[in-house]
Amino acid sequence: MTEERAEKFLELFNKGKEFTEELLRENQRLRYRLASLETEGTAGFNEEVQRLRSEVQQLTEENRRIAQRFKEVEEENKDFANRYIEVEEQNNNLANLYVASYQLHSTLDFREVIQIVQEIVINLIGAESFAILLLDEKTNELKAIASEGEDVMPGIESISTRLGDGILGSVAKTGESYYINQDLEDGGKVSLDKPLAAVPLKIKEHVIGLVVIYKLLQQKDSFSAVDYELFSLLAAHAATAIFSSKLYSQSERKLNTIQSFLDLLTTTS
Amino acid sequence: MDNANFLVVEDSPTMRQLISFSLKRFRNARILEAVDGVDALKKLSGPDRIDLILTDINMPVMDGLKLVSLVRQNAQLKNIPIIIITTEGAEEDRERGLALGANAYISKPIQSSHLIKTISELLAAV
Repeated sequence: MTEERAEKFLELFNKGKEFTEELLRENQRLRYRLASLETEGTAGFNEEVQRLRSEVQQLTEENRRIAQRFKEVEEENKDFANRYIEVEEQNNNLANLYVASYQLHSTLDFREVIQIVQEIVINLIGAESFAILLLDEKTNELKAIASEGEDVMPGIESISTRLGDGILGSVAKTGESYYINQDLEDGGKVSLDKPLAAVPLKIKEHVIGLVVIYKLLQQKDSFSAVDYELFSLLAAHAATAIFSSKLYSQSERKLNTIQSFLDLLTTTS
Repeated sequence: MDNANFLVVEDSPTMRQLISFSLKRFRNARILEAVDGVDALKKLSGPDRIDLILTDINMPVMDGLKLVSLVRQNAQLKNIPIIIITTEGAEEDRERGLALGANAYISKPIQSSHLIKTISELLAAV
């Protein structure tokens, strides 16, 4: 009886042992599985982080590139805006030149041409006191034929100088323009023979006279860069207009003389 | 600003043409010209609607200041914007012109871009 009970106990004990062993194995298996799952999870997470980091880096690079391009486009835009202003100014100057030359060549009347030259010098160059001198090729003398602003520069209306003499004479002789700024560099004063500007009226290399400026309009401080160019171009147009109108009036006079002579001959015969 | 009618009052044909040239920047602009104040008043009493007047000061027969003053006294014309364009650049000249009723005062030599900007602002304000 006691043996039978001992066997049953032993059997029970063995079953318990087997069960415990099985539990231990399962525990081992699960721990292993957990460990492997943990390893797999960390690797995936690290991969994802790595991928995101790389993406952020790419986006940052792209962002930098876009910012750089934006800066470049902005610079280009500024350049275009400046260029637009320059083109506008050029356009304006060309329009001024076109209108001035159109007006200068719109008449063959000598006095009218001189009047137009005066208007241009006042309105486009911005001169308050100036004179137009013509060269007498027989006497080599430059004489004022029109002037403006006599109150500012007394005697301007009767300027007369010989070719080669002083500033005016040498401008007429060399055909080179003379400019100083409103504030005289040597501190001297503008005088009849020391103007602010003297621009030759030239047809090719042949000087027929001068435009001499003594004072600019109150609102104009000094000559601007474009004034020099504009002034020379206008002077060239003015020169041809003055020369043509002078020739025309001379030929008109001759024609009238011949006509009168012919009339006289016809009447007497 | 399209289809605006301008009256340019100026005795110098060169300046009239220069100003008219600048005004052609406005689409379908119609430009009437007058040689002095009296001529301008005739044009203003004509059938054409005038949207803006540009006038010189120193002109024969009737100067620009007298014209400004007469336009401002006229019930039908008093609201037309007026720009004075002149060689007179002194501050007192400017103040006198504006006091008489001019809307803007531009000294010669004119900058086309400045003229266009001033006109655009005045027409936009009407």
